[in-house]
Amino acid sequence: MGELLTVNMGPQHPSTHGVLYLELKMDGEIVVDCKPHLGYLHRSIEKIAENRTYTQFIPYTDRLDYLASMNNNLCYCMAVEKLLNVPVTDRAQYLRVIIAELNRAISHLVAIGTFAQDLGAYATPLFYAFRDREKIMDLFDSICGARLTYNYMRIGGVSADIPVGTEQLIKDFIAYERKMLIEYNELLTYNVIFLARSKKIGILSKEVAANYSVSGPILRASGVKWDLRKEEPYLVYDKFDFDVPVGTNGDSWDRYKVKLDEIEQSLRIIEQAIGGIPEGNPVSKVNRVFRGTGEVYLRTENPRGELGFYLVAEGGFMPYRCKIRSPSFSNLSVLPELIKGLNISDAVCVLGSLDIVMGEIDR
Amino acid sequence: MITILLKGAAALGFISLSAMFLIWLERKVSAWIQNRMGPMMTGFQGTLQPVADTIKLLLKEDIVPTGVDFFSWWLAPFFVTVPVVMAFLVIPFSRNIFVLDLNVGVLYICSITSVCVLGIFMAGWGSNNKYSLLGGMRSAAQIISYEVPLLLSVLLVVMQSGSMSMQGIIQAQAHGWFILKPHLALAFLIYFISATAEVNRVPFDIPEAESELVAGYHTEYSGMKFAMFFVAEYTNMFIISAIATTLFFGGWQGPFLPGVVWFLLKSYGLVFFLMWMRWTLPRVRMDQMMSFAWKVLTPIALLNLLVSGWFMVK
Amino acid sequence: MQNSEVLQKIKNKFPDIVVEELPNALVIPKKALLDIARFLKNDMSFENCHCVTAVDRKDKLELVYHLYSTADHFMLTLKTMVPLDDLTVETVSLLWRSADWLEREVFDLFGIKFLGHPDLRRIMNPDEWTDFPLRKDFKSANLIVRPQSQGLKG
Repeated sequence: MGELLTVNMGPQHPSTHGVLYLELKMDGEIVVDCKPHLGYLHRSIEKIAENRTYTQFIPYTDRLDYLASMNNNLCYCMAVEKLLNVPVTDRAQYLRVIIAELNRAISHLVAIGTFAQDLGAYATPLFYAFRDREKIMDLFDSICGARLTYNYMRIGGVSADIPVGTEQLIKDFIAYERKMLIEYNELLTYNVIFLARSKKIGILSKEVAANYSVSGPILRASGVKWDLRKEEPYLVYDKFDFDVPVGTNGDSWDRYKVKLDEIEQSLRIIEQAIGGIPEGNPVSKVNRVFRGTGEVYLRTENPRGELGFYLVAEGGFMPYRCKIRSPSFSNLSVLPELIKGLNISDAVCVLGSLDIVMGEIDR
Repeated sequence: MITILLKGAAALGFISLSAMFLIWLERKVSAWIQNRMGPMMTGFQGTLQPVADTIKLLLKEDIVPTGVDFFSWWLAPFFVTVPVVMAFLVIPFSRNIFVLDLNVGVLYICSITSVCVLGIFMAGWGSNNKYSLLGGMRSAAQIISYEVPLLLSVLLVVMQSGSMSMQGIIQAQAHGWFILKPHLALAFLIYFISATAEVNRVPFDIPEAESELVAGYHTEYSGMKFAMFFVAEYTNMFIISAIATTLFFGGWQGPFLPGVVWFLLKSYGLVFFLMWMRWTLPRVRMDQMMSFAWKVLTPIALLNLLVSGWFMVK
Repeated sequence: MQNSEVLQKIKNKFPDIVVEELPNALVIPKKALLDIARFLKNDMSFENCHCVTAVDRKDKLELVYHLYSTADHFMLTLKTMVPLDDLTVETVSLLWRSADWLEREVFDLFGIKFLGHPDLRRIMNPDEWTDFPLRKDFKSANLIVRPQSQGLKG
């Protein structure tokens, strides 16, 4: 073993999925040690939370995991509802489920597209994934006015009802996306080069995953059948029939395949929900200003894992402490274990398959 | 003497035009595959885009990073471009249109294009940048490894036609293109895969793997030097397609249309196929690529050579 | 499973440690943290350390652990009080690897030192900083604390 080469990957790098700085010590092409440096996107959101009312904080939750804004909004609103005992109408629950699952589908599309790009399938799968994403972003645009950071959920419901014609648009999208999923399988999933690049790379075992508190598709790819929507159902998820895709080996290919299968399961949930949205007013009439005491820790299944909000209220208009337990934070902490002894090409592959978003890691 | 100079000048002119056409073609092909339009504003369907790109690159500031090794860094673009231009000496555009018909044409082309690897390695080492160094080393290993199956498949064509000159090989295909014979079809497959690796195209574009190494060996180049690397890459693509056309597809032979048109059609057809591959497939990893060259392609090429040779002697 | 059940098991194992039961959490003394954590992980089924955080209670810092038991589907909230004049706690990152980065974050934002931590340095703020931002007495020219009422009627 000769002299070790220190390679700085990031913070500006085409493959680090945001501003992540990895200090790699390499022996030739093999990674010997990896030290992630975080904080390039730290915006002190938790401190800001102590200085905003409960409703004013909702737009800040959009900017945590900006690829799954609706799901972040949902988790925060549910946490506040549990803390302050705010009721939610049935229609709002169904709408929340549909919107959250649509957001899960498009978030996984980004993960798939960028993973293929990291492996060198330069831009083509990414363009196809984003073409599908555009349809849903236009839909969200018509519902809440924004394409990426939605600020749609409110404490006690949603901010506005869905416009006329949305249900038909969603049904069309489901039919279209099922055709596209077949195309992704043909183009990428069983491609010889793709398999050679991602099979048996970065194997995460169940024990290591449990110890590092890994959650989400990464945990399921390692063979653990754990989905909060099934284990501790929230909203109306217990009314719908869907599977939880599980991988076998815990390598990068499994992580990719689980995400692809989850898109199909999300489409199933949406299909079942669209048929029976109850009538009512999703914008429920509650106090405009919330205050209360107590504390709550609530977690939901985000596209990237289990997002948790720990809220402490001391009677004022603003929370006393808001801690955001982000899934990508714990998922990223397992990276140094996974890439020791791998090529730099494989390190890029593993990092891409972990699907992290720096917005929620640095907060 | 004058005719040679004129022919050389014509070849240079063709290279420039061809490079510009290929730049436009790459952008259009990638756009069509990715469900978008590509350049549309500069000229009809973006045909003046390469002109705009050239003017832009000529006007760019030539940034010289500190600490570069003078000779390596400055001379590297030339070591990459000049061999590619020199290979044009023996490309047979038609029965009468070519610069020279060396009777060791094939040998000449294969040896002259190998000099490119020197240029890449000089670029990687002289740039004073760890990423470039990694890219340069990878590229050198890749090109040298894939030379072997390439030459073995070309050797089979030489055996079949009995001549090393480009025109001679084309004459030998007067009764049927070599691609139609099974052992030579296999040789074409091996040739094409190795040639893709020679020109650093996906799935073998590890030396310039953007997602891992930023831009590999040409990270530190800007302006006209960068343009030279690119012209060299696109022209190299054309050269390997031209060689494949000559060796396996009958060169300029074909009914009705003049020879030049057939030759260009076939060559650019293969170039289109190269581009199609680039925008569809992911990239192979370094060690997988090396083991593929040495453990799969070379044994198959050798076996092919042995068996065909035995049948020929019989 | 309920908090009282966990409380009973801890009392059985550690009879001389005072464990207080709040509506949502169990409060244990600081010196018993590592022993109880080890007991919870190895003998009870809390194999998932979901979240580690702290709350500034002005006269002390409250360190909060959220431990999850997958087998029993139960989230346990464990609290321990850290006095301001002795801001050191034993680390649990050798039991649960997820606590590694979470404890670094608590150190970065609150200043609690974790004894025995393999690599205790700041995680989000610059390494040269000396301040602890999430404390209630954090002063900065950029921080404007809004008064509570702000014209809100509720």
